[in-house]
Amino acid sequence: MTVAADERVARVGMARRLLIRPELGAVVGLVVVFVFFAAQSPVFRSPDGIANWLDPAATLGIMAVAVALLMIGGEFDLSAGVLTGTSGLILVTLATRFGFNVWPAMLVGLVVALAVGLANGLVVTRTRLPSFIVTLGTFLMLQGVNLGVTKAITGTVQVSGLRRAEGFEVANAVFAGTIDVGGTSFRVAILWWIVVTAVATWVLMRSRAGNWIFAVGGNEQAARAVGVPAARTKIALFMTTAFAAWLVGSILALRYTSVQANIGIGQEFIYIIAAVIGGCLLTGGYGSAIGAAIGAVIFGMADKGIVFLGWDADWFKFFLGAMLLLATLANRLVRRYAEEVRH
Amino acid sequence: MTILETRGIGKTFGSVLALREVSMSVAAGQVLCVLGDNGAGKSTLIKILSGVHRHDAGTYLVDGQEVSFASPREALDRGIATVYQDLAMIPLMSVWRNFFLGSEPRKGLGFDVAKARRVAREELRAMGIDIRDVDQPVGTLSGGERQSVAIARAVYFGARVLILDEPTSALGVKQAGVVLRYIARARDRGLGVVFITHNPHHAFPVGDRFLLLNRGTSMGEYGKDDITAQELTALMAGGAELEELAHELRRE
Repeated sequence: MTVAADERVARVGMARRLLIRPELGAVVGLVVVFVFFAAQSPVFRSPDGIANWLDPAATLGIMAVAVALLMIGGEFDLSAGVLTGTSGLILVTLATRFGFNVWPAMLVGLVVALAVGLANGLVVTRTRLPSFIVTLGTFLMLQGVNLGVTKAITGTVQVSGLRRAEGFEVANAVFAGTIDVGGTSFRVAILWWIVVTAVATWVLMRSRAGNWIFAVGGNEQAARAVGVPAARTKIALFMTTAFAAWLVGSILALRYTSVQANIGIGQEFIYIIAAVIGGCLLTGGYGSAIGAAIGAVIFGMADKGIVFLGWDADWFKFFLGAMLLLATLANRLVRRYAEEVRH
Repeated sequence: MTILETRGIGKTFGSVLALREVSMSVAAGQVLCVLGDNGAGKSTLIKILSGVHRHDAGTYLVDGQEVSFASPREALDRGIATVYQDLAMIPLMSVWRNFFLGSEPRKGLGFDVAKARRVAREELRAMGIDIRDVDQPVGTLSGGERQSVAIARAVYFGARVLILDEPTSALGVKQAGVVLRYIARARDRGLGVVFITHNPHHAFPVGDRFLLLNRGTSMGEYGKDDITAQELTALMAGGAELEELAHELRRE
């Protein structure tokens, strides 16, 4: 019997093993999009070009990876985009209007962001309301606070002047600087993105918490019945997304030294789209962090590639929609194939 | 050796008497079948046994000690594991991830994935469960295989009493046979089994004792020698009602 069982495993083969990986569709998309732009634009495939499109991919990717974890855990966070703005606004406002050093100002931003994540998580787990609605509420409230407070303090809709704040030089180098690789300068955000993706992948695939994330997204009741701390897992996921929003908000604030009060609005859907292109199911329980990171690269490529080809940037939105539809279709096919009952 | 026993146990939900005066016991290496039609109080009884609900009348004894469980975790810690019909497994997760869900083996900070894979494979083999590949998602298993994996999991995690909530009710004849075989195997490994079903044909071959429930109360506990499969069926449905039905359906 032992031998027979092994033979049947062998027959399943590598093809299926690869096909049931959630990031497969994203990898195919990555190759297609790269070839499409690289074939027509020499700049696109040059090191400078690569550094150029990896930059938007990095800041989007950090968020997409965190949002992917949350989606695998079966929840959404529509407040994630605006929260990047809130974190940035806190940093710049404290540092420029209240004489804070950059580092403590960032710490305050982190505490506020984590508190928002905690609040999202608590409301969702306690009330069992759909996170779509709960975080839509947070999204609107934060949007109001961002504008209201900024206007009250500065009289305009932006805060600026972070460059003059104490501690700016080092913080800027750590979060918003560049690194030279073979004569091309890459944004340091790319490094943060790789670290976030690596940590998220390890957590998902090689930690107990990862098993719990898949479980609460796949079937929360069943997970709870075998002793998984479902509420704690979900709250931790909301706080992880909030942490990512703080990181990205700080990176952008330090890079541009000023923050618009309306920044981040509309980004929440881009994060979700990147995660879905990366193989996350909207219904939870399935997906990958690397996939979401690849989804973000596809975005970065298309965003900059369209400019390199000299096309109207408006076409980016069209591309976005088409990618999303294709990705969801591909995911569904892959999942059906993986799940097909074999007797 | 009796592991689990109830004496005149009961439960009310508001003004509804869900269960009253039920006495039963299960010993190591014994299968107690709990039979009853829909609404007979089977699920209330197992929810008390498994720690989901607290009883509010009578006594519940584990190893001769009186208990009142606040959560399923407490029952699990005393070796009472429950396999539910519909929420036993998470379909999109692999067999080994499901097997260790909630009790993952550690390795440093992480989850010892290699050990989980190996142990899941070995344990399933030891129970005689023939799964091709522990990496395949549970969703690709048949209903009977899923129940079997859940049983093997409970056995591995040190269950002394296994409570099975209608494990065969959604299955075809062949699949139900597979599950019954694993129930027998768990019994042979010295576990006490509480097998809830509304199908006397599944209960009779594997059961040692039969507890009949009707409208929230016990209609008696029978040994295998005291009762036949026909009598079981008749008692369950209320013999008189069945006869009446037969009379009604007879061709004129």
